[in-house]
Amino acid sequence: MPLRMFVLAAALLTVAVPAFADAREEAKAQVEFGIKAAQNELWKEATYRWEKATQLDPSYAEAWNNLAIGYEYQGRFDDADAAYQRALKLDSKSALIRQNYDLFKEIHDRTKRRRDR
Amino acid sequence: MTARNVAAIASLSLLGLTAACTSFYEVPIETPIQAKLDVGAFRRVLVAGFISGGTDDVDANMETVRLLRSQLRTKTNLRVIEAEVLPLVQLAGKQAQSNAPATDGIAPVGELPASAPPASTQPPAANTPAVAISAEDKAKAEAIRTRKDLEQYERIFADAAFWKKLGEEYENPLIITGTIMFTPQQTARYETENRETYDQLGRRVVVPTRTYRERKGFVLEPKFVFIDGRTGATLYSETQRREVLYPLSQSTPALASYFELMDQLIPDFLGALSTQKIRGSRILLR
Repeated sequence: MPLRMFVLAAALLTVAVPAFADAREEAKAQVEFGIKAAQNELWKEATYRWEKATQLDPSYAEAWNNLAIGYEYQGRFDDADAAYQRALKLDSKSALIRQNYDLFKEIHDRTKRRRDR
Repeated sequence: MTARNVAAIASLSLLGLTAACTSFYEVPIETPIQAKLDVGAFRRVLVAGFISGGTDDVDANMETVRLLRSQLRTKTNLRVIEAEVLPLVQLAGKQAQSNAPATDGIAPVGELPASAPPASTQPPAANTPAVAISAEDKAKAEAIRTRKDLEQYERIFADAAFWKKLGEEYENPLIITGTIMFTPQQTARYETENRETYDQLGRRVVVPTRTYRERKGFVLEPKFVFIDGRTGATLYSETQRREVLYPLSQSTPALASYFELMDQLIPDFLGALSTQKIRGSRILLR
């Protein structure tokens, strides 16, 4: 019985690990493409690519960070806030994501204050 | 495998890891800040005038009207109406007078300047006799020194009939008005500052020292009121405050300080009417 369980787990792992790796690889390709698009100021295309990347691999912190920047560029502040928070939840130690989020927060908070005034 | 090989592999993988972690790209970004007011319904804007107080060194009413008109002309799509600046202090003073007997609610100002110019973006005839300014009104206007003095005049902004009538004369524009307090300020206090010295051995030493400092400058407190010229209703208003202080030995003209402070306020003012973009940079990650 334990042997059967072990074989089953091993089989699952052999299927799941490559599948996960494939998803990450695909997501990476999307992120890469999005960066190129953003560098050419095609922010809508870039955002679309990063959205796809986060769908392919929801644990990809860098993709969430980029997606947040894409939303920020389009003035979608609530979406950007959520995406930054997701990125920080996945990689709380990233100083670069934290720096982006702090800069975003500064603008977002100021806008909010002005709206409330 | 020797220890040296292990160390080499470890450092190589660490290098690889670092390289993987530091694959980032800095990109310039323009974050759009949405306008606070939807001015889509207006094609024209009238900067009517301001109730100003504080120092007599600057005619804050005239200067603010001039500055805002030029900013609106260049930074928004609205057509700016070049009309005579309303003597709001006098008009509000009249309102306060007519309101003096115990009446319910706010008495309307009613009378607009006798010959309000036709609705056009051309400057009106210069002979517009604004409002007969009585000596008492003048004295009152001169008496606006604090925000409290200003309060009694502020009721004019709630006089919808007055603003509606004004709006009708200029083809229902967006009306911008409000109050401006520009007051001198002087402070004297101890401040801590770090002073650099060198000891006998030539080492740099930073010593915190307390110095008594006197400074003078100005405080600018505008309240911008945005009124719908079609209904006379206030759409939005916002109050701001900026101050600038200089060393006592420095002589800065009041007008220079006024413009210095207005420069800081203008982006916020324009942000009420049009989408502004804040430039910065962000880091994209792989």
